[in-house]
Amino acid sequence: MTRISLTVDGQQVVDDVEPRMLLVQYLREKLGKTGTVVGCDTSNCGACTVHLDGRSVKSCNVLAVQADGAAVTTIEGLAGDDGTLHPVQEAFRECHGLQCGFCTPGMIMQTVDLLAENPSPSEEAIRLGLEGNLCRCTGYHNIVRAVQHAAGVSAGSTSSAGEGATA
Amino acid sequence: MIPAAFEYVAPASVEEALAALAEHGDDAKIIAGGQSLLPVLRMRLNAPEWVIDLGRIASLRGIRDGGDHLAIGAMTTHHDVGQDPLVHEHALLVSKAITHLADAQVRHRGTFGGALAHADPAGDLGAPALALGSTFVVQGPGGTREVPAEEFFVDLFETAISEDEILTEVRVPKHDGWGAAYEKFVRIAHQWPIVAVAATVRMDGDAIAEARVGLTNMGSTPVRARATEAALSGVPATEEGVAAAAALAAEGTNPPSDLNGDADYRRHLATVLTRRAVLTAAGRG
Repeated sequence: MTRISLTVDGQQVVDDVEPRMLLVQYLREKLGKTGTVVGCDTSNCGACTVHLDGRSVKSCNVLAVQADGAAVTTIEGLAGDDGTLHPVQEAFRECHGLQCGFCTPGMIMQTVDLLAENPSPSEEAIRLGLEGNLCRCTGYHNIVRAVQHAAGVSAGSTSSAGEGATA
Repeated sequence: MIPAAFEYVAPASVEEALAALAEHGDDAKIIAGGQSLLPVLRMRLNAPEWVIDLGRIASLRGIRDGGDHLAIGAMTTHHDVGQDPLVHEHALLVSKAITHLADAQVRHRGTFGGALAHADPAGDLGAPALALGSTFVVQGPGGTREVPAEEFFVDLFETAISEDEILTEVRVPKHDGWGAAYEKFVRIAHQWPIVAVAATVRMDGDAIAEARVGLTNMGSTPVRARATEAALSGVPATEEGVAAAAALAAEGTNPPSDLNGDADYRRHLATVLTRRAVLTAAGRG
């Protein structure tokens, strides 16, 4: 067992974990943060996306021990203390950017990262920025709309892609 | 899917990492960003007894101006390399290739050195590193040595790094003012290329003065399209001139056949993608 100490959604946690434990397993099974889901389990689908020291990662493809000393934010840490939704959460609700909802936690976490780097992405930049997130319902159209809504850019905007958002 | 149990050590220096490697030898696997290794461990295609994590070694991260080259620390993430203004200015081909590499989440975690040391022939960094004539710095118990890109890639998932050595840095010669393009052919988003072409050219007026062309997934290692490079020298950057040189792109290659396409299909793709990549690099795309 290896001792790890990290911040998850603003709370300090210390635990002894097996080195082989995945970060997503740690979040779900040790901390009960089941808002972060496991989709494909092969690092393809992005449903398990969380932020590690402020950048999006696929938490099924990171060991818990690798997150030692880091700050992790999950979908459960986005809303305000009083339950006020994060603007990206609000936009997904407003635009119905989901069908079954399984990919939504990852889509929202990746969108927050995308907009932090490129606050006014073009539609192409949004699609490329979310290319590591799969929607099994193929509901991409409203997801893109939700991102545009959150960014405050109207559909059909042609603002140029930020460097980091082009994949 | 959970990896088989292993012991874990996260050394704070290259020397400590080398000591751990010397101690555990065959039973150890190095983890860099882990974006290729963790899926392998989870599918239990490999089950090392020890995993040595380079993630805590600060000296392996960052990009330094080395005068005639850029020195890219092996543990620098794809994202950081891709965003770096020095890389954009001096090794544009690397910046171009990284925009096509995997997806944003993987680029935040995956590392430049880790991907190259993994030596997947379908990886997106081998061809650019080769085309730019990079040098690989590896450190072992006896000190450091420099391996030219031509000798670094040995075979499928096999490099010139010995079992007691660690890749610490990749030196990319500056190619100031060279145009660059990475043309990647995939069937679905964020996948490995069926074939990709990394091209960088130095223009002299309307003609191509020099060209370097690297091919991804056209053999068990990345390869240079040398016949194309030679044929491009001094050629006007026109569709016809470039197409004639690009027709030679698959010469001497030994591409794989798989469900995505047979070898002949890949040879054809290489010529088409080379034409596009060279024209784009020359500003005519």
